[in-house]
Amino acid sequence: MSVIAAGRVRRRRRSLVVAVALAVVIVALFLLTLSVGRSITPLGEVLAVITGQDVPGASFTVGRLRLPRAVTAVLVGLALGLSGSLFQTMLRNPLASPDIIGISYGSSAAAVVAIALLGLGGPIVSVIAVVSGLAVAFAVYLLSYRGGILGSRLVLIGIAVGMMLLAVIDWVLTRADVYKANEALRWLTGSLNSSFWDDVYPLAVAVAVLVPAALVLGRRLEVLQLGDDSSTALGVPADGTRLFILIVAVGLTSVATAAAGPVAFVAFLSGPIAARLVPGRLPLVPAALVGAALVLAADFVGDRLLPISLPVGVITGAVGAPYLLWLLARSNRKGGRL
Amino acid sequence: MTPTPSTTPAAPVTGRPASRRRRLLAGVAVGAGLLVVACALSLVLGSRTVSLDEVLGGLTDPDATGFGEAAVATRVPRTVLAVLVGAALGLAGAIMQGLTRNPLADPGILGVNLGSALAVVIGIAVFGIASVQEYVWFAFAGAAAASVLVYAIGSIGREGATPLKLALAGAAISAALSSFVSAVLLTRTDVFDVFRFWQVGGVGGADFGEMTHVLPFVGAGAVLAVLSIRSLDLLSLGDDLARGLGGRVGLARAGSGLAIVLLCGAATAIAGPIGFVGLVVPHAARFFTGPAHRWLLPYSALFGAVLLVAADVVGRVISRPSDIQVGIMTAVIGAPVFIWLIRRSKVREL
Repeated sequence: MSVIAAGRVRRRRRSLVVAVALAVVIVALFLLTLSVGRSITPLGEVLAVITGQDVPGASFTVGRLRLPRAVTAVLVGLALGLSGSLFQTMLRNPLASPDIIGISYGSSAAAVVAIALLGLGGPIVSVIAVVSGLAVAFAVYLLSYRGGILGSRLVLIGIAVGMMLLAVIDWVLTRADVYKANEALRWLTGSLNSSFWDDVYPLAVAVAVLVPAALVLGRRLEVLQLGDDSSTALGVPADGTRLFILIVAVGLTSVATAAAGPVAFVAFLSGPIAARLVPGRLPLVPAALVGAALVLAADFVGDRLLPISLPVGVITGAVGAPYLLWLLARSNRKGGRL
Repeated sequence: MTPTPSTTPAAPVTGRPASRRRRLLAGVAVGAGLLVVACALSLVLGSRTVSLDEVLGGLTDPDATGFGEAAVATRVPRTVLAVLVGAALGLAGAIMQGLTRNPLADPGILGVNLGSALAVVIGIAVFGIASVQEYVWFAFAGAAAASVLVYAIGSIGREGATPLKLALAGAAISAALSSFVSAVLLTRTDVFDVFRFWQVGGVGGADFGEMTHVLPFVGAGAVLAVLSIRSLDLLSLGDDLARGLGGRVGLARAGSGLAIVLLCGAATAIAGPIGFVGLVVPHAARFFTGPAHRWLLPYSALFGAVLLVAADVVGRVISRPSDIQVGIMTAVIGAPVFIWLIRRSKVREL
């Protein structure tokens, strides 16, 4: 066996091991979230509820309250991790994740307007959030197009668009009464506090469609990394592929934002963490799994471990921002470019 | 984007020095005229448009009883505050861009606003502060801490503080601080109810009593700004050259940095975080004045005042009978300008 082939086998084995390990972590966190709350439900009862049996008490606390929340956490994490990794790889910039370049704020701003000003509710809000996320993504993309997309230009324009959308959200918050505004605040930070089964189904359907699409496109993305000319020669047209990846990645971000608000930094953190775990490969599957683990863990910390209950987005924001600073400082010291 | 403002879009200022000076002075007069017009509109327009008689009544008769007179009487402090805050932010932005040699510098973009915001939130939640003279100190502390932090992080590395690195460091600090702000707000509905109105940045509900508390700080900031004109010109040549020409770079930085903190902190304490004024105004001013700070600073103060008064009037008129806070108007006006600046700049330098 040649050296190259041996390396390839080793890397493939490593990514398999990492994926399995992450899956185990997710399952453990999932069961922990279901079992530990204001009251502790024995694991046996948790498993009984999951398999559909009727357990007095646990059927309500675990089945109606904790299970939809945990499922939402997993789905949102998968979607954000995958989407962030797609963006970062495609634009070759660790900062180009959808939460930093304003796309999540596009979805939130639309949702806040729909809820607080138009008095809408239910699935239509999700649809509006997704459509707006797409619109903002294309606007940012077009605005940063000037004979090609440059990662850092896109990041800065995305930040500016995000600031503008944030002003819109702030303004809407001043118009609503304080109770409603507090409810809308979750669209600023990201929260799983109101995750119920009704909201899980549309999210699950969207994730079930978009994740396989993302994984299929991921193979093309790997070809795209060789450069536009080479990839076209290999039968992967560069611009068309990029457009499809953009649509799928924005779709993932938007459905996640519609379900839980803009959970800060999950999309941004998952890709780099996954890339460390699985060096040398396009880390789409690990990034999705890291995202799910992050959201589950942050929600558990925010809701169960702290003396006051904080939404998941505050926790991920507090963890993610130092990493962003570290990333800046490190690339600055190396004299490298972001 | 060029890192030195000295090469940013200077209008071709040609001709003999005397005629140039005359033209720049004429520009100041035109700016002052615009400001007067904007202020007049600010008194007349609003949820209720008033007649000239009523304006004069509201201005001269303290006991006027009519609705029109009352409207004018509340619009007077509001207009004065907009002038004060706009001038302070325009000035701060011009100093900031000169000091960091960064055309993208703005208290909003570099995270200084959120530094103030977090400090004020902590002040409200933990120390129970409720008045502007107390806000001021927290806003100063927050603005100073955030500025130092952003500048330190943005300037690590060989190239020093490039526009891109500073803007990104500002965005990162803002993101971190805003998640701490939300953490406080989400657990304290009472704080949130006060803060959400402060946070949008507005000049409505202004009163002269509050203004007198921040006026000394704005004044001190303006004096420091005037004193740092020469050193800002020197710094724009680059640190080495500035030092070679006998400039005391560290002192110059500290002085103009203090001016920024005083101006931004005072403006933010009284009107909330208002973004993009400090970004847009110096660029517009530089178009007329070129890079020399002795003209750039007064122009920026003047244009800042005009912009803020005008934005406030527009915000009042387009959403009658309520109003859109001026901080939201400036974000909506300013973000496209920011995007235009980025698009215009050369790829290599970003």
